[in-house]
Amino acid sequence: MSTYSRRDFLKTTLVAAGAGVAVGAGLPAIATAQSREPIKIGVLHSLSGTMAISEVSLRDVVLMAADEINARGGVLGRKLQPVVVDPASNWDLFAEKAKQLLLQDKVAVVFGCWTSVSRKSVLPVFENNNGLLFYPVQYEGEECSKNVFYTGATPNQQLIPGAEYLMSKEGGGYKKFYLLGTDYVFPRTANKILKSFLLAKGVPADSIAEEYTPFNHQDYQTIVGKIKRFSSGGSAAVLSTINGDSNVPFYKEFANQGLRAENAPIMAFSVAEDELRGMDTSSLVGHLAAWNYYQSVESPQNAKFVNAFKAYAKKNNLPGGDKRVTDDPMEAAYFGVHVWKQAVEKAKTTDVDAVRKAVYGQEFAAPGGKIKMHENNHHAYKPVLIGEILKNGQFKVVSRTKGLVEPEPWSKYTSPDKGCDWVGHQGTYQKKA
Amino acid sequence: MRPLLCVLFVAWLAAPAAGQAAPLSAADRERALQALAGDDGDRREAAVTVLGGTGDPKWLAFLMALRDGHVYARGQEGATEVLVGTATSTPGDQPVIELRSPYDGAARGRAPLASLKEVAADRRLRVAIKPFLDADETRLQLADPDPAVRRGAAIKLGNQADARSASVIETALAREGDGWVRHALAEALALIRLGGADLPARLDAARALGGLHSTTALPALRAVARDPAAPSALRTAAERATGQIERWAMLTAAVETLFQGASLASILLLMALGLAIVFGLMGVINMAHGELMALGAYATFVVQNTFRAAWPGAVDYYFLVALPVSFVVAAAVGVILERGVIRRLYGRPLETLLLTWGASLIIQQALRLWFGAANVDVAAPRWLSGGVPVMVNLTLPYNRVFIIALATLAVAGMYWLLFRTNAGLRIRAVTQNRGMAGCLGVRAGRVDAATFAVGAGLAGLAGCALTQIGNVGPSLGQNYIVDSFMVVVTGGVGKLAGTILAAAGIGGLSKGIEPALGAVFAKVAILVAVMLFLQRRPAGLFAARGRSAEA
Repeated sequence: MSTYSRRDFLKTTLVAAGAGVAVGAGLPAIATAQSREPIKIGVLHSLSGTMAISEVSLRDVVLMAADEINARGGVLGRKLQPVVVDPASNWDLFAEKAKQLLLQDKVAVVFGCWTSVSRKSVLPVFENNNGLLFYPVQYEGEECSKNVFYTGATPNQQLIPGAEYLMSKEGGGYKKFYLLGTDYVFPRTANKILKSFLLAKGVPADSIAEEYTPFNHQDYQTIVGKIKRFSSGGSAAVLSTINGDSNVPFYKEFANQGLRAENAPIMAFSVAEDELRGMDTSSLVGHLAAWNYYQSVESPQNAKFVNAFKAYAKKNNLPGGDKRVTDDPMEAAYFGVHVWKQAVEKAKTTDVDAVRKAVYGQEFAAPGGKIKMHENNHHAYKPVLIGEILKNGQFKVVSRTKGLVEPEPWSKYTSPDKGCDWVGHQGTYQKKA
Repeated sequence: MRPLLCVLFVAWLAAPAAGQAAPLSAADRERALQALAGDDGDRREAAVTVLGGTGDPKWLAFLMALRDGHVYARGQEGATEVLVGTATSTPGDQPVIELRSPYDGAARGRAPLASLKEVAADRRLRVAIKPFLDADETRLQLADPDPAVRRGAAIKLGNQADARSASVIETALAREGDGWVRHALAEALALIRLGGADLPARLDAARALGGLHSTTALPALRAVARDPAAPSALRTAAERATGQIERWAMLTAAVETLFQGASLASILLLMALGLAIVFGLMGVINMAHGELMALGAYATFVVQNTFRAAWPGAVDYYFLVALPVSFVVAAAVGVILERGVIRRLYGRPLETLLLTWGASLIIQQALRLWFGAANVDVAAPRWLSGGVPVMVNLTLPYNRVFIIALATLAVAGMYWLLFRTNAGLRIRAVTQNRGMAGCLGVRAGRVDAATFAVGAGLAGLAGCALTQIGNVGPSLGQNYIVDSFMVVVTGGVGKLAGTILAAAGIGGLSKGIEPALGAVFAKVAILVAVMLFLQRRPAGLFAARGRSAEA
C-alpha cells in the first residue's frame, strides 16, 4: 500500500520549496556576480593653480580612504574605483568636471571642492542631475542642499566656540575684538555672524572692529598699527579669517611691531597644520586656532590615521613623503568617505536617494573623536577644539567642547528664523515664531 | 562649600606677598591631596586654592603637572596616595610609569599605568589653577634676561591693574636697567595706583601717566574723567593727562604713517629698479622679472638650509651670504635668458613680451617641480626679528628698516654704476643711440648682456629681501609683478629718478589712504589714481625727450 502519506507530501513540498528558495537565492547571487564591477567614485579637487596647495592633500586622503576600504573587501563586495579630475582652481571648470563625473563617468558619489565659490558653481550640476557631493571644508553656512553632505564645520562649530573661548575666564576674558579677514564670502559672512554673536553677548559696538584685505595682501603695517592702538588698555584679541598666503606677512608684522600672544592673541579660523608646513612658525607660537581636529589629538584612531597617511604618502612617493601632516579638512574628507561607505552598506545600494537617507544619523569613530551625521540637515555633529600653535607647526589642544556640537547651517545669530531640514521639510524652511 | 572657598581666598589675600606665605601643615597638605583625588568639584577647587595659595614654587610645579595630566592616584578611596608621573616606558606589553611624590619629588618607584587612576584636571580645575601659574609665570618673566619678555610681562601686569602686584613691580623697577622696560613698569605701577583709593597717589598716578604718554591708560583715564563720584581735582588731572596722551598719539601716528610709506616705497623701488633698467635700456618688457625675484628668494632658502646643515652656529648670518648669492643666481639666469633667446628678438617688443612670459612660466614650473608646490620656510635671522622702540608706542621693525637701507644702497649703487663708471657710460650711450654707440666701438651686445644681468640681479636681491616680509613659493613673482610694472610705467621709461619718485608716490599715497579707508579701497584708489595720471601724462613722470626717445 503505497499511500502517499501526508507526511511524505509535506516532505516533498518542503524539499521543492527549499529548492525554489535556493534558486531564488541564486538569482541575486548571479546578479551580484555580474555587478562585481567596481563602484566609481569621483574626486574633484584642484591639483594645479592657486588652490593646489590645499586641495592636493584632500585628494591624497580620499584616495587613501578608498584604498583602505578596498583592502577590506570594498563596499557590498565591490571595489571602489576613484576617478580623479583636476578642475585647476578654475570655478567654471569645476562645474564642467562635475558634469563629466556625473554624466559621463556615472560616479556614485563625488568627494570634492574647497572654496565656497567652487561649491556654489557645482551646486546646480549636482542638484539637476541628482548627484551626491561630500564637501569637507569648514564654511560660512547659509546653505542646505539635498545633494550635498557637509562634513566640515558650520559657523557655530568653529567661529562661536573660538570667540566664546577668548571671552571665557580660562581663555583670558577678552573684551575687545578685532575681526580681520580676506575680502571674500567666507570672512564676510563669518564676521557678520561673529559680530552678531558678540553684540548678543553684550560686547559694545565700539569694542568690535572689522577690517578686510585684498587677496594676497602683503603689507600689514597699517593694520597691525591699528590693532596696536585698538589693543592698548589690554583685553583685546584678534579673530582672523585671513586666507592662505597673507598669513605669514601678517604674523611677522604682528610680532615685529612688538605685539605678543600673551597680550593680544590671534584666533585664526583658516590656519591649519597643512598651511603651517612651509611657514617660519617662530612668530606664530602661542597664537590660537579653532578647529574640529588637530594632528596632535591623542586617540588610537588618530594615531592610526596619521601613521597610515604618512605611510601612504611615502609609499606613493607623494611630495613631502612621511613629513606630511594631517589637518581638519583632511580628517573631514577622510571620514566623509567612510560615512558614505557605511550608508551604502546600510542602504544596500549606491542609489543616491537611498544613500542620502541612510547617511542621516550615521556614526563613525573619526580620528578626531566620534562624529555623527545630523538626522536631517546634511551636516555633522562634531567636537570643537581650541589649539595653541607650537614651534613645530603643530597645535596643543587647550580646550575642548564637552560632547558634540550640533551643526547649524543657518546661524541663530544672523538668521534666527531659518532652519535646514530634509526630513520634515524640503530643505531651508521658515521657522515659526 | 562656597563660603569656605571665600574664607580660604580671603585668607590667601591676607597673607603677605605671595612666596612668603606660611608653609602648609602636614594635615592641611594631606587633606588637600585627598580632596584632589576625590570627586567633589567644590572640594577639589578649594584644594587647588590652598596649594596655590602657598605661592611655593614646588606646589606650583605640582599644579602645573596636575593641569597637564601627569598626576595619578593609587590605593583605596579615602586613603589614596597622590603621585606625580614622570617618564613612561613600555618594557613589557604594558606601559609603566615612573612615580614621584608631590612637593618634595622623592622617587616612589614605578607602576604599570593601568593600576593608577589619573587625577584629571577638568575645565573648572584648570580655571582655578591658571591665576596661580600666571602670577608665577609673570614673576619669572620679570626676571628674564630678554628685555622684550620683561616688557611683555610688565605690560600684562599693567593691563591687569591688580593691586597685589604693586610690590612685585616696585622691586622689579628698582633693579631694572632697560629704559623701555622701566617705562612699562612705571606705567603698570601708575595704572595700579590710579585704580587705588588713596587720592594723592591717584593724582600723582594720573599726572605720571600723562607724562609717560601711556595709551594703555587711556580707557582708565577716560573712565576716571567721566566718573561723577571722583573728586574734581582728580578728574581735571585725568582730563589733562588724556589730552597729553592723545596729542602724543597723533604725533606717533603721523611718524608711523611716514615710516610705513617709506617702507612700502622702498619695497616697490627694490622690485621695480631692475625692471626699469632693463625696460629703459633695451625696451624689453621682462615678464619674467617676478620669477627672477622668486629665484632670488629660493636662493636665500637654499643658503639658509646650507647654513643649517653645515654651520648651525652661524645660522643667524646666513642672510648676509644670501644677499650676494641671490644676486648672482638671478643674474646668471638673466644672462642665459638674454644670450639664449631675448637678443634674437630685439626690436620686436610683442614677441619679447610673449617670450619672457613663457620663460616666467617655465621658471615657475621648474621651481614647483624642484621645491614642491607648497611654500618653503625661510626663517628671519634673529637680528631681523622684532623691532626697535624709538618713541613711546612706536616700534620700527628691524626687517623694514633693513629693507629701506637696502633699497637706498641699491639706488645709490645704480647711480654710481651709471654715472661714475665707464661701464655706465657705455650703457647710457647704447640707451641713447644704439647705432652711433656701435660706430664708436661700443660692443652693444655685450652691454646688453651686462645690463640685463644687473637688472636680473637686482630682481634676485629684491626676492631675497622679500623673504623677510612675505611667503616664499613658486607663485611669489606673480604677487609682485603688477606692482612693479605700475611703478615703472608711472615713473616713465628709462629714468631712474622717475622710478624712485613713482615708488615713493605710490607707497606714500597707499599708506596715507589706508588708515582711513582700509586696504581694499586703498588698492582700488591707487589703481584709479595711476590710471588718471597716465591719462594726463601717458609717458609717465619723466618722459624721455628729444632724439633719444626714438632709439
